[in-house]
Amino acid sequence: MLLLIVLLPLLAFGAILAGAKARQTAVIACGANLALGLLAAFTWKAGFWNLSLPVLSAPAIHLSLGLMDGMSVIMLLLSVIVAFAAVLTGQAPDGREKLYYGSSLLIAAGAIGAFVATDLFFFYAFHELALIPTFLMIGMLGRGENKAAAWKITIYLGFGSLVLLAGLVWLASATGTFDMVAMQESTAIDPAAQKGIAAFLIVGFGILVSLFPFHSWAAPAYASAPAPTAMLHAGVLKKFGLYGLLRLAVPLLPEGLHAWLVPLCVLLLGNILWVGFVTISQKRLDGMLGNSSVMHMGYIFLAIAALAAVPGGENAWAVPAAVLLMFAHGISIAMLFGLADKIERTTGTLDLDELGGLGKAAPSLAFLFGLVGMASIGLPGLANFAGEVMVFIASFKNYDPAAGMGPVQITCILAIWGVVISAIYMLRAYRKVFQGPFVKATEGASDLSLVDRVPAVLLAVVLLAVGLCPNLLLSLLR
Amino acid sequence: MPAFYLEALTVVLGLVLLMLEAFGPAHSKRLIGLFAACGLALILVFGFFAVGPGGTEASWASWPMWENFYAFDATARFYKAFALVCTILVILMAIDFRSVLSRFTDDPGSEAGTGEFFALPVFACAGMMWMASAKDLAGAFVALELVTITFYVLVAYMRRNVGSLEAGVKYLILGALSTGFLVYGIAWVYGTTGTMNLDAIAGRLDEIESPIALLFGIALVMVALGFKIGAVPMQMWIPDVYQGAPTPTTAFLSVGSKAAGFVLLLRFVEPFLGESSPIRGQVLALLLVIAAATLLFGNLAAIAQTNFKRLLAYSSIANAGFIVLALAAWKDGGATDPGSKATVGFYLATYLLMTLAAFFVLAQVRVQQGSEEIDAFDGLGKRSPLLAGMMTVIMAALAGVPLTAGFIGKFFVFSLAVRSELWWGVGIAFVGAAAGFYYYFKLIRAMWWNESDADPIELPKISRVSVIALTSAVVVIGVWPQPILWLMKG
Repeated sequence: MLLLIVLLPLLAFGAILAGAKARQTAVIACGANLALGLLAAFTWKAGFWNLSLPVLSAPAIHLSLGLMDGMSVIMLLLSVIVAFAAVLTGQAPDGREKLYYGSSLLIAAGAIGAFVATDLFFFYAFHELALIPTFLMIGMLGRGENKAAAWKITIYLGFGSLVLLAGLVWLASATGTFDMVAMQESTAIDPAAQKGIAAFLIVGFGILVSLFPFHSWAAPAYASAPAPTAMLHAGVLKKFGLYGLLRLAVPLLPEGLHAWLVPLCVLLLGNILWVGFVTISQKRLDGMLGNSSVMHMGYIFLAIAALAAVPGGENAWAVPAAVLLMFAHGISIAMLFGLADKIERTTGTLDLDELGGLGKAAPSLAFLFGLVGMASIGLPGLANFAGEVMVFIASFKNYDPAAGMGPVQITCILAIWGVVISAIYMLRAYRKVFQGPFVKATEGASDLSLVDRVPAVLLAVVLLAVGLCPNLLLSLLR
Repeated sequence: MPAFYLEALTVVLGLVLLMLEAFGPAHSKRLIGLFAACGLALILVFGFFAVGPGGTEASWASWPMWENFYAFDATARFYKAFALVCTILVILMAIDFRSVLSRFTDDPGSEAGTGEFFALPVFACAGMMWMASAKDLAGAFVALELVTITFYVLVAYMRRNVGSLEAGVKYLILGALSTGFLVYGIAWVYGTTGTMNLDAIAGRLDEIESPIALLFGIALVMVALGFKIGAVPMQMWIPDVYQGAPTPTTAFLSVGSKAAGFVLLLRFVEPFLGESSPIRGQVLALLLVIAAATLLFGNLAAIAQTNFKRLLAYSSIANAGFIVLALAAWKDGGATDPGSKATVGFYLATYLLMTLAAFFVLAQVRVQQGSEEIDAFDGLGKRSPLLAGMMTVIMAALAGVPLTAGFIGKFFVFSLAVRSELWWGVGIAFVGAAAGFYYYFKLIRAMWWNESDADPIELPKISRVSVIALTSAVVVIGVWPQPILWLMKG
């Protein structure tokens, strides 16, 4: 069944190439996938979802798909929800429909495949499916400095994947298997090897997640990408690296991660504070959103640092916190990019200084943007708040007052200031875009059409539902 | 049937083709090409029924030839099949390339002077097949010369084209130089070990007092084989010769000739890499140095190229670097990886699929647009979307994007290097592969980002079928690589 979820977007891509109507095909495929994803959330423990086909005997590699635990289910849900919203959002330029919707389908298939693969080889391979569609979409249909951004993201991610590949191969060689389920039960890896593998994984996954200082590809790429690409990439695909760290590094390399705890804390503060200040200084909405998505990765790394701080120790808060925040961030950033696309389509610009007063012309756009902006800052009642609070609690979970504060606690105290930074840039952007008098660009602006509303409302409902009742997701993790 | 019939049949086929060319119709040589391809395909089928001395009582099985001259194991069978498949595809490519060939031979516009272009690759193929079986340095030398001398003609075939002639002269001079290295190196190896038989060398290693003379010989032979496989320091000829030679010849050089060089290198280094060999460490270090230099040169020099054929030339150097890295990380096959020998074979097989597909397209771009620059591919996404789509897959595969065959080859190489803890090699391979993302994607960029008002490219039937088949194979092998490993097991 999972094979069907992975193949549906690919089949739809094939159908579009063969001449089917691009938008309809993509919407139908992603809609069906959304239904299947929801079904999976309820019945994921049943064996019929899993699949394993041998493709290579030495080393033993299987095309195996399965839902290992609630984390895979939540990432699958995130992927299908955002994919559905992404194909509904935006408008393909004339004559480019095939590319526009086909790319979204390929990226979605790659992300879904990576989250449900239970073999290291395909876990890695599926993620790369997005590489070429992203390159083409940003290069052909992007805005601004799109060509440079397309090269940057492609080479950066290509290089990061190679570093990651070396780490994964080393990991597979140390555990003696490519099977991610069997791997969890293998004997503990020698600490020296753990340290080496963890270094490769932190740098490799770190590049894919835009961990400071490997983040410089992300903001320009997202800023210039067409809406569906930015939504899928920033919302879903980027979570692959964090998912990989939680899935592989945390259980298998506890001592390896612990050895890199302090550098990891410094880097994640780089994400939250350094990139946070960079975000404040942005003059365009797309650049601001791109940087803010880089910044928020810092919090999820903080949860990973909390897990790394006590190798082998219990921290019941950290994994749920990280997963919840990944989900919340994925939904909110996708919604922000979707709405930003609408702002650009109706006003023709995303330059903050050229915008103003849009709230009067487009009240529902203003409302939804305000809602998701608040979510992104971390307003209680919306999903991101639950995740961020849990991250902060998790970092103090193993705090021993007698021993004083460790690196994670210090990092956490500094990281909380990131919420203030978020509030500054998000509220300022909201004021500049939506409030004040009309300006030239917003005079003839129109509000969200019905077609625009469907994806935005879908994402907003998810944000609210998870925010008000985080147990919807957290119960999957138990 | 005895295995050596395969080479004999191939030579006979070549002679028959020469007769056909001399007495057949002069206006079109298409028939000769098709006959050559069919004949080779038949020999390929025979290859599956060929047997070595092991499983038979026939009198030929006791000939001393098997003992000291000619091996027929799984490796030999695989590389013979490889040479045949490669030659068939090159001849098919040449059939659709006749219009360019005939323009630069004696009587422009008529195909009178182009018949040998289909017979010569068959002779080269016989040489490559023999190289796959050579277990004696003298025999290997003769086989290698058969290939090289044939290529002297093939490279300079368009004799009224200055570029082709220049390429021919360059290839001749450097080829002669490398032959000199080879003979000299063989002499040193023979002088220190007292044998030219590669099976016997391993047993003689313990008796050597000082390995320096032997290592000198090994280094010379490696340099000479570096000429065939396109590895530093004998890679200098590659860009110019590839660019000047007729496209099918270039494809043949970059796949067939390279693979034959690798099987010889494999057989040559294997005796020195046994666990008990006293010079194992030095030979591996030598291979690592060659691999690192080749990876850096090929990949970094490729970045600046604007001519697609030249780009493929540097890509061929870069890929040679990856394969030598697999040798430098020498491991026997096991449960967790296929081992260096199988990795080399696998990498070459995927390289054949991707590179020949790219050359098929390039040949037709040359025929229809008269240019081999990357610019010539501008706007292909709009002009011929299907072809551009396939070309995108091929370029992605060459860059090593997962779910294509090219990735699995690189994956095997990386796993070997990581498991042998060759961190320098791994680091340089990172740089190389990341550069690959740039220069292969340059073509994808040209096809999709750029605009052009040139006419669409229509592939003729043979080329179209070949490109579709090769591209499909690239994708299928990328997801299911086992079949190639089965072939290698024999």
